[in-house]
Amino acid sequence: MSGSAENGRRVRVVLGEVAARRTPTDPAHADLAEQTPVGEALVRGLVRAQLALALRMALVVVTGLGALPLLFAVAPEIGSLRVLGLTVPWLLLGVLSFPFLFVVGWVYVRWAERNEQDFTAVIRRPE
Amino acid sequence: MNPYVVPGLVVVILATVAIGAYGLRFARTTSDFLVASRSVSPAWNAAAISGEYLSAASFLGVAGLILRYGVDVLWYPVGFAAGYLALLLFVAAPLRRSGAFTLPDFCEVRLRSPLLRRLATVFVVFIGCLYLVPQLQGAGLTFTTVAGGSYVWGALLVGLVVTANVALGGMRAITFVQAFQYWLKLTALAVPVIFLVLQWQSDGRPAIDPPGGPVFPAATTVTFDDAARITLPDGTVDEVEAGAERTYPAGSPVPDVDTVDDQRGTDWLLPGGDDSLFATYSLILATFLGTMGLPHVLVRFYTNPDGASARRTTLVVLGLVGLFYLFPTLYGVLGRVWAPHLLMTGRTDAVVLILPEAALGGGTLGRLLGALVTAGALAAFLSTSSGILTSVAGVVFTDVLRAERSERGGSVRDFRLATVLAAVVPIVLSIYVANMDVSRVVGLAFAVAASSFCPLLVLGIWWRGLTDVGAAAGVLAGGGAAMAAVLITVLGPPLTGWPAQMIGQPAAWTVPLAFAVMIVGSLATSRRVPKDVGATMLRLHAPESLRL
Repeated sequence: MSGSAENGRRVRVVLGEVAARRTPTDPAHADLAEQTPVGEALVRGLVRAQLALALRMALVVVTGLGALPLLFAVAPEIGSLRVLGLTVPWLLLGVLSFPFLFVVGWVYVRWAERNEQDFTAVIRRPE
Repeated sequence: MNPYVVPGLVVVILATVAIGAYGLRFARTTSDFLVASRSVSPAWNAAAISGEYLSAASFLGVAGLILRYGVDVLWYPVGFAAGYLALLLFVAAPLRRSGAFTLPDFCEVRLRSPLLRRLATVFVVFIGCLYLVPQLQGAGLTFTTVAGGSYVWGALLVGLVVTANVALGGMRAITFVQAFQYWLKLTALAVPVIFLVLQWQSDGRPAIDPPGGPVFPAATTVTFDDAARITLPDGTVDEVEAGAERTYPAGSPVPDVDTVDDQRGTDWLLPGGDDSLFATYSLILATFLGTMGLPHVLVRFYTNPDGASARRTTLVVLGLVGLFYLFPTLYGVLGRVWAPHLLMTGRTDAVVLILPEAALGGGTLGRLLGALVTAGALAAFLSTSSGILTSVAGVVFTDVLRAERSERGGSVRDFRLATVLAAVVPIVLSIYVANMDVSRVVGLAFAVAASSFCPLLVLGIWWRGLTDVGAAAGVLAGGGAAMAAVLITVLGPPLTGWPAQMIGQPAAWTVPLAFAVMIVGSLATSRRVPKDVGATMLRLHAPESLRL
């Protein structure tokens, strides 16, 4: 945090900034670091939120891709449909599955980072 | 023989050594060797991860499988890519925050158990060997197919180049090499495909799947390595001896050979078929969940500066790997048009290598593109084997030589010794076990990883109740069962019926078994939950910006 001072350059010291930087006095921060019940609950909340998000995204993939073999087995006529000159299974598996996986990943990264920002905001919340 | 192949291969090997040497200028400390001192940018890192991941099985095997079996095996590339999504969702950021460099490290960080650490070491070395042997074999087979050289020299050459590169440059050098090799592999598949599709258009779009089965595009002479029964379309049977040759005229249908298992007609074009559902789901489970347990994949995450960048790197990898997998499918499909004789010899893995010359003729363009794909194949062997070797050597360095904990703290020399130790066994094995099936062994490595390390990582990261006893029991039950299935498949007698499916694609029962044993074992020994589990969870999940 004080890297600029260590580089030997002169820095202006402002009391307010130094005080704001003294994180251990921040109660939520101290709760986390010292493993109090409050800190424990905060971490449990974050873990639960991230796990729920990951499971929801996994569910999207399981229903989107994982159901396909079953679908093709139950309704073989879907397997022989043609779109743009390609049969549907080739189009779905050979081409569309890759952008689908990427989009799911992209949405997950955005929401996971938002969960972390929310967590950080709670910890840094001014009393 | 194609006169451009040898110069192409020499260029790839020289570029690999040169980039490795360039990286070596920066590699001075043990930290550089093991984790590139954590100073690799996400773009380089993602290209390096993809370069390392796209092995011989991806570059050659996927196209060969599609040529042979059709739509059902599209689950291989989909699963290989989806594995990175599972890794992103459940493992990437927390694993980076754990600070673990290898899977045994993770066991130590999360469960504080030296016994579990040793068990994980055994599995890392087993999976590493299982993955490394087929890479070297693929190299040997390519040298026989394309250059007409000897199998042993091909395997030895790739083995030695890789060992030297890892031992001299370590992770820092390897990162640049891997990133270069990703782009080389992508170019080597993408550029010829443009010409292949143009040729297909100008030939008047020959049918991919003609009603009477594939036909020979030109008069073709097929040489049979083994005795076989050939069934011609009109029902006559032709018995050939080993070494026999048969010539078929252009436009005649490709006969069926009893020694080669392949799909024709609607079986190739449409999904399903007999009893494929269990095998399909088993494959999906193994590839989706196995990627996160491959030792050379995890090592890379430590080179990210923090959890959030580990996540972004994984997303870029998902994009790069998905982009790559669009191409092998086209090679497999166009192989039905221009290289159907591979269905008679069974050497379908060679389709990527021979397709440019088969489609575009023996002119300069066809030969240049043929040399390009061969160079890409070499890059595939080199990069994946370097990655696996680095990670196995890392584990040997820390857990077998105990270098990091010795008083000297582990030197670069020890790492080099570890590399040579880790390389010797697979190189020797690849020379003596030449007849193992390449793409299936890679699939089995995924199954072992999915049934051992996947439950360990997922439960370790998300469930406080995991204990060392439960984890060890789960790894032994699930991973041990998968390991046994692998050994039976590779060494045992051929099986038929249900046992063949259960042993040949074990993931559908070994993965749930591993999870179940791990959870029940942990609940039964709940007093052994580490006391610092709260602190560990905080470390795994809290963003670094809090600076706790």
